[in-house]
Amino acid sequence: MNKAITVLVSVDSSSILMGARHYKNYLTSLVNKYNLDSVVEILETGSFGRYDRGVLMMLLPDNVVYSISSEKDVELFVTEQLLKGRRVNDLIVKDFVPAAAVETKVVSEEMRVVLKNAGRMNPRDIEEYIARDGYQSLGKALGMDPADVIAEVKKSNLRGRGGAGFPTGLKWEFTSKTDAPEKYVVCNADEGEPGTFKDRLIMEGDPHLVIEGMAIAAYASGASKGYVYIRGEYFESVENLRNAIKQAYEYGLLGESILGTGFSFDLSVRLGAGAYVCGEETALIESIEGKSGRPRLRPPYPPVKGVHQLPTVVNNVETFACVPSIVMKGADWFTAIGTPSSPGTKVFSLCGNLVKRGIVEVPMGTTTADLIYSFGGGIADGRALKMVQTGGAAGTFITPDEISHPLDFDSMRNHDVALGSGVILAIDETHCAVDVGLNLMEFFAHESCGKCTPCREGTRIIIHLLGEISKGRGTPEMIDQLYNIADTMEDSSFCGLGQSVPVPLRSLLDRFKDEIEAHMGVDACPAGVCRFKKPVKQKAKRW
Amino acid sequence: MITRDDVSKTVHDIYEKITQESFEEGDMLINALHAIQDHYGNYIPLEAAEALKELTGLPLAKIYGVMTFYTMFSNRPRGKYVIRVCKSLPCHVSRGDEVLEALKNRLGVDFSETTEDGLFTLEESSCLGLCGVSPVMMVNDEAYGNLTPERVEEIIDTIVTRERSDEE
Repeated sequence: MNKAITVLVSVDSSSILMGARHYKNYLTSLVNKYNLDSVVEILETGSFGRYDRGVLMMLLPDNVVYSISSEKDVELFVTEQLLKGRRVNDLIVKDFVPAAAVETKVVSEEMRVVLKNAGRMNPRDIEEYIARDGYQSLGKALGMDPADVIAEVKKSNLRGRGGAGFPTGLKWEFTSKTDAPEKYVVCNADEGEPGTFKDRLIMEGDPHLVIEGMAIAAYASGASKGYVYIRGEYFESVENLRNAIKQAYEYGLLGESILGTGFSFDLSVRLGAGAYVCGEETALIESIEGKSGRPRLRPPYPPVKGVHQLPTVVNNVETFACVPSIVMKGADWFTAIGTPSSPGTKVFSLCGNLVKRGIVEVPMGTTTADLIYSFGGGIADGRALKMVQTGGAAGTFITPDEISHPLDFDSMRNHDVALGSGVILAIDETHCAVDVGLNLMEFFAHESCGKCTPCREGTRIIIHLLGEISKGRGTPEMIDQLYNIADTMEDSSFCGLGQSVPVPLRSLLDRFKDEIEAHMGVDACPAGVCRFKKPVKQKAKRW
Repeated sequence: MITRDDVSKTVHDIYEKITQESFEEGDMLINALHAIQDHYGNYIPLEAAEALKELTGLPLAKIYGVMTFYTMFSNRPRGKYVIRVCKSLPCHVSRGDEVLEALKNRLGVDFSETTEDGLFTLEESSCLGLCGVSPVMMVNDEAYGNLTPERVEEIIDTIVTRERSDEE
């Protein structure tokens, strides 16, 4: 960045579909037309984390963010701001607080650790990553004893960001203590949890951060091969990761004897092909091996027997993205952020009926209320909040009374509010609890792999029962039956998919029972959403 | 006319290229199926699966099993444009059901069906990870967000017009 002015254009998948590429090309042509190309550098970058104001462009060094929604906006931006140095106030996003990669504990402010580079550099250029201290942590780790790297990660109490919250350092330690001819590190980038889009934005905005985290994990646990398993639908992520891996090889940061240390690590991308269950780590491993993604019986767990029955560390994208900062700044720095049981930051995906949807990274322990009202701008169209689903499809439904609970890995146990993968799905008053439940359960029925009966049939029975209620044919016994199915599925499903279906189901039954019962013995759905189809009464025969 | 030999050679070339990234046996099957499907336009012909059988030594039944397990693969010809529309809750609560209806009406087909002109196949999809701009659909590898019934009409019309002008 040698030129006086830099314009960062947010070009992630969501921005592209609002015309980001087109505006960027138009901007480039105008800059050339006005002979500004010697002073203005135009760069593509990842997501700024919000989408309610069109395509965003950040002007550096001014740190001002413009929102562009038409070619005319681009023209104004060039002729006024770039050419004459006058701000176009109408186009400036005033409530945009540029998130600094600095530590701060003030709530309601973003704190970027995982997303420190996303939206601030060109993700397709390894040199920009290196210029931002990229791969320094790997260098530092390679100078340490592998056991010390594990000790530091254990001390940081980093817990799996995919949703389960298992201590990452412990996982690495299990693998490091095994004796095997080959070990693997796998990045779970099969982000399929409805409402979650954080991994996509991390991979699109900062792919090298993930690679660096994986390489550190490989060194610590003694692995020499790695896979990034990405959803088949994430075309941009696949492209960015493949490009980043290629560059890392060229710079000697992957492959044989990395940085001349004798540590070798090969990394490659593998594609998913549309199966939610592949987010389950053993199903994901089966898929890597070229099989249908049906989960394996656990134990043995992947850290002992994973890919090809060899020890395998499987972590989520966001987990790996936390690692370089922990290695560089130390466990004490990390544990000072967030809550005692769940240190660090969390990237939340804000979606549903919010004014501002997008991703935001905040310290663990931030409340749902803060996420909805401070970051999400409240409920759209001036409506009232009815319910929030936290944690993803397998997360919990909560009422507006419960949004003040802080979210971390303990909130499920303490308040029955799931953190999961960090989804905040706000649902407004125009929606119906039965309809919402039915839609969710159709998802699980569709994604059940069919291997075990409790999950395959259980999801169908739930749909049948909720379907009857939504058609106005419900009976109070059906609620008991739903609880019963939830218990059975939890106790006897083979993998995490079936075992977690009861979580949203029970939270819906517990907290919205009144509304569900209000569908019974009446003529219409209270919210006017469900279409009742009561059996037509037979007319009495005339003699 | 495509012959079996042509298919065999094509699949061989694709597989050859793909396996350069391979670490060990089997880890390339799904990537190979993706590449074959892209080559043949949204589906995997039986002849290609048979050619893959020869190359990998895997039983055809296993390849078929994998193909049919994953929703992105198809063993039947699909339209030139595969429309994947998200049915998950974040899109559903953003009036996604209206978008589904609009698509079905405009195309005149139900899910998993192809339009008579062979242009579009409509598929329901689970979350596409673009919930920040829901409701969402993908047309082949291109995503469209903030959909409304009107916008859906526009998108389909644009594609149809483009296709017609290409024909002329």
